[in-house]
This record gives sequence, structure tokens and C-alpha cells, in this order.
Amino acid sequence: MVELTHEPIDALRLLARAQQPQAGAVVLFLGITRQFTAGRETAELRYEAYAEMARSELAALEQQARGRWPLVECAIVHRLGVVPLAEASVAIAVSSPHRAAAFEAGQWLIDSLKQTVPIWKQEHYSDGAAEWVHPEPPGF
Amino acid sequence: MMKIKVKLFAAARELASGSEVVVELSAPATVGQLRAALAREIPPLAPLAERSLAAVNAQYADDADAITPDDEVALIPPVSGG
Repeated sequence: MVELTHEPIDALRLLARAQQPQAGAVVLFLGITRQFTAGRETAELRYEAYAEMARSELAALEQQARGRWPLVECAIVHRLGVVPLAEASVAIAVSSPHRAAAFEAGQWLIDSLKQTVPIWKQEHYSDGAAEWVHPEPPGF
Repeated sequence: MMKIKVKLFAAARELASGSEVVVELSAPATVGQLRAALAREIPPLAPLAERSLAAVNAQYADDADAITPDDEVALIPPVSGG
């Protein structure tokens, strides 16, 4: 299941979805808005997506993860718009019969999401400045 | 000549002052030619366009891929979701 939303993410709903009798392990990852980055204070983050493509890239990640690991549930939700401090911009809940697959799939999903899914973050700093984040690729 | 509409996001949208721009290219055209035309016609966008990818019909595309006016084309600056 993949989803884009402008509302706060209900992590407990994702956990309930992942917590099935065929599973023996559930892993939940939340990416949340951090107040300080390299000493600079963030007031909030804002996210924008190429929604149609982001949904299809997220669905492709779910399919790839299901091909690599025996997942019972694989739920990925990304929030768009303003995400206040300590609130989740992304949530990934995976469940599998044994824990290794759930941990590995969860890590792979968030790492891959950050590299391929067309979603962008704008930092809004406490001093009023705003800046889109467009990371330089490694070795660029 | 053909007109290609290009969707823009994040800093690319702000640098070009719009979420969509129209670029004229001679047919047949490729994604690489489109990226070069964007950089040429919107100079503030050039440095970011240089390190962006492109998508055709919501799928990542290579510079050698062909584009037509019927395609949905987007410039994808380095992503930062998560």
C-alpha cells in the first residue's frame, strides 16, 4: 500500500495494517522533522511532489521489496505540505514471518525512496529563510 | 517545430517562475535536446537543469529518449523526500 497525504500520518493505523497473524515481526520507520541540522534551526519543513509519478515510483518500490523479501504487509505513506517539528513526513511499516527481512526491507525502502521518488523538501529556518533541498549526487 | 510543455517542481519551478513552461524544439526531439533548450532559454535554471533528470509520461527518461508534443514531460531536480 502506498499513499500521499496532506494530513498528519496515522502511524498506529499502519502498524495495525502490518500486524497480521502470518507475520512474526513488524518494523515501523518514521522520518520526522528535526529541529537542528548542522547547528541551524529549522522551524518547519514543506514537501512538494510530482504526485502521479511519486505514487508510481512508490508502488514500484513496494513491488521490488516484495520480490526481494517475504513481506506480509508493506505500507509506505509520505506527507506533503507543511510538516511541523517532530511530526512524521514519511512512515514505512513492513511485516514478515521473521525479523531480519522486516529490518532489511524497511532500511532498503527508506534508502531507495530518498534516491528515486520525486518528492522535494523545503527547509524553513527559524530565521525566516527558506531553501529547497536538491542534494548533489555522490561524486558530482 | 513542435511545442513541448514541461512540468517544473521545487527550486526549478521557482527559478523559472512557473510550474509549467513551453519549449519549442524541431522534430524529432530528444530528452537531451529538451534539457539543453531549457537551460538556454531560462538561464537561471541552467545550473539546476544540468544536474536534474527528466521524466516522460511519469517515468524516468534518458537523454536519448524521443519526445513528442503528446508526452507529459517533467524536469526532476535531485529529489529530497523522506
